[in-house]
Amino acid sequence: MAMYSTNEFKSGLKILLDGDPYAIVENEFVKPGKGQAFNRVRMRNLKTGRVLDKTFKSGDSVEAADVMDTDMQYLYADGEFWHFMMPESFEQYAANEAAVIDAMKWLKEQDMCTVTLWNNVPLSVSPPNFVELKITQCDPGIRGDTATGGTKPATLETGAVVKVPLFVNEGDVIRVDTRTGDYASRA
Amino acid sequence: MLRRRADLLRSIRDFFHARGVLEVETPCLSRAGATDPAIESLAVTLPEGCVWLHTSPEFPMKRLLAAGAGDIYQIARVFRAGEAGRFHNPEFTLLEWYRVGFDHHRLMAEVDDLVRELAGARLSRPTGYLSYRQAMLDHAGIDPLSADVGDLAIRARALGLDVRGELDRDGWLDLIMSMVVAPALPADGLTFIHDYPASQAALARICPENPAVAERFELYWGGVELANGFHELGDAAEQGARFEADNRRRRDAGQPAVAVDHHLLSALASGLPDCAGVALGVDRLLMCLSGCDHIRQVLAFDWERA
Repeated sequence: MAMYSTNEFKSGLKILLDGDPYAIVENEFVKPGKGQAFNRVRMRNLKTGRVLDKTFKSGDSVEAADVMDTDMQYLYADGEFWHFMMPESFEQYAANEAAVIDAMKWLKEQDMCTVTLWNNVPLSVSPPNFVELKITQCDPGIRGDTATGGTKPATLETGAVVKVPLFVNEGDVIRVDTRTGDYASRA
Repeated sequence: MLRRRADLLRSIRDFFHARGVLEVETPCLSRAGATDPAIESLAVTLPEGCVWLHTSPEFPMKRLLAAGAGDIYQIARVFRAGEAGRFHNPEFTLLEWYRVGFDHHRLMAEVDDLVRELAGARLSRPTGYLSYRQAMLDHAGIDPLSADVGDLAIRARALGLDVRGELDRDGWLDLIMSMVVAPALPADGLTFIHDYPASQAALARICPENPAVAERFELYWGGVELANGFHELGDAAEQGARFEADNRRRRDAGQPAVAVDHHLLSALASGLPDCAGVALGVDRLLMCLSGCDHIRQVLAFDWERA
C-alpha cells in the first residue's frame, strides 16, 4: 500500500481518506516557529466533486489513492453503461451514469476522452476540450440579424443544447468548448 | 529585490551600530543541536561523526554573553529540515540580538523601534500588545491557561478546523494560534503577543509572579509571525532539565535525539547576565516590507532552485 507523507503533498496528488479518493487542490505549510507544524490542505472528493479543507500534522502519512487518468476511446452506451476502450490494448471499461454525468452530453462515438480510473474502475470521464458535433435541430436564422450578434438555441446530435450565432443552420457541424459549453466555430 | 535586501541589511546594521550593539559571528556547524522537538536540525556526517547545522545562533551567542561580550547581534543563515512553504525556506536569514539588563518588555519596545524605522509609512496603526491569554480569549473564545485538551479540540472544531489525527494540548494551542488568532490580527499593524503558556516557554524564564506563563513574546506583522523573544533563562540546571525533557519527547515521538550543548550549560553555570534576546526572520520582514506573498519572491534562489 503506497503512502504519501505530508511533505510530498502538492496539488494534483491523489490520496485516500475515509475510503474516498481525493485530489489535492492546494497545500499550505503552516508552522509557528516554536510549535507544531501543519499542512492545511484543500482537496476535492473525486466521487462527489465536493471541495473541503482539512488540516494534517506535518510528518503524518496518508494512503495513496490508486487513481489514474487514461486516454480512451468512447465506444457506445447500452442504456445502463457507457463503454470505453484503451486504444493500444483494446481493453474495454464500462462506466456508470455517475461517472459520465458531466461528460455525457458531449460524448460522441469514437471520440477520445480522459477516463479517470480508481482501482481500475472508471470514476469520472472528461470529454475532449473541444468536440465537433452536428446540429440536429435549430430554427432558421433571420437574414440581417447577424450584425446584432444575436444567438439562438441549437440541439446537437448528442442531445446537448448550445447557443449558436444566427447564421448557423441545422445540419451544420460546429466546434464546442466543453469546459464552458460555448459555441466556438463552424467546423 | 536584491537591492532591497541589501538596503535592509545595511539599515539593520546602522540601527545596531547607532545603539552600540556589537555584530558577532558564531559557527553554523556545531557538535550540539537544537533539542526542541518542533525544530529539526539538518545533520552533516563527518568522518568523526555527526554534527548539526544551527537552527539559530542562540547557544553560542549566549556563551559570548556569559563571557562578558555585552550587547550583541548577528545576521545568520540558519537551517531547518522539512520547513518549506509560503513563509518557510529550509535555509533562511535570522537576525538575532541580545540586550543585557533588558527584560522582554523592554526588548519588545526595541523590536518595535527597529521594525517601525524600517517600515516607515507601511505601518498605519499603532502597535498592539496582547497577552497570549487575551489574544486567545478575544479571537478564539477560549482560555489557553485553563482549557484542557478536550476543551481545545471541541473549540477548534467549532471554529471550523478539521484536523486528522491526534494533537496534544500544545498542538491544539499552536493550531488555534496559527489558523484562527494570527489571521485575525490587524493586517496593517504590528502585534506583540507576550506571556506564553509555561508549557511553551522554550528558552524563556517562567514568570516569577505567575508560574502559569513564561516571559516569552512573538511579533506578528498582520498575521505573519516575524520574531520570537525571551527574557532569557539563565538557570543551568533548569536549562539542562528542559533539554532532557525535549529529548524524551523526541524519543517518544520517534524523532532522532540531538546532542545537548554542554558548552552552553557550562556557560550558564558560570553566569549568564540578566538579558533578553530575540530572533527575527529577515526574509519574512522583507516580504512584509515589499508586499510579497511568497518567500521565494525575496530570495535570489529559493529551495526549489537551490
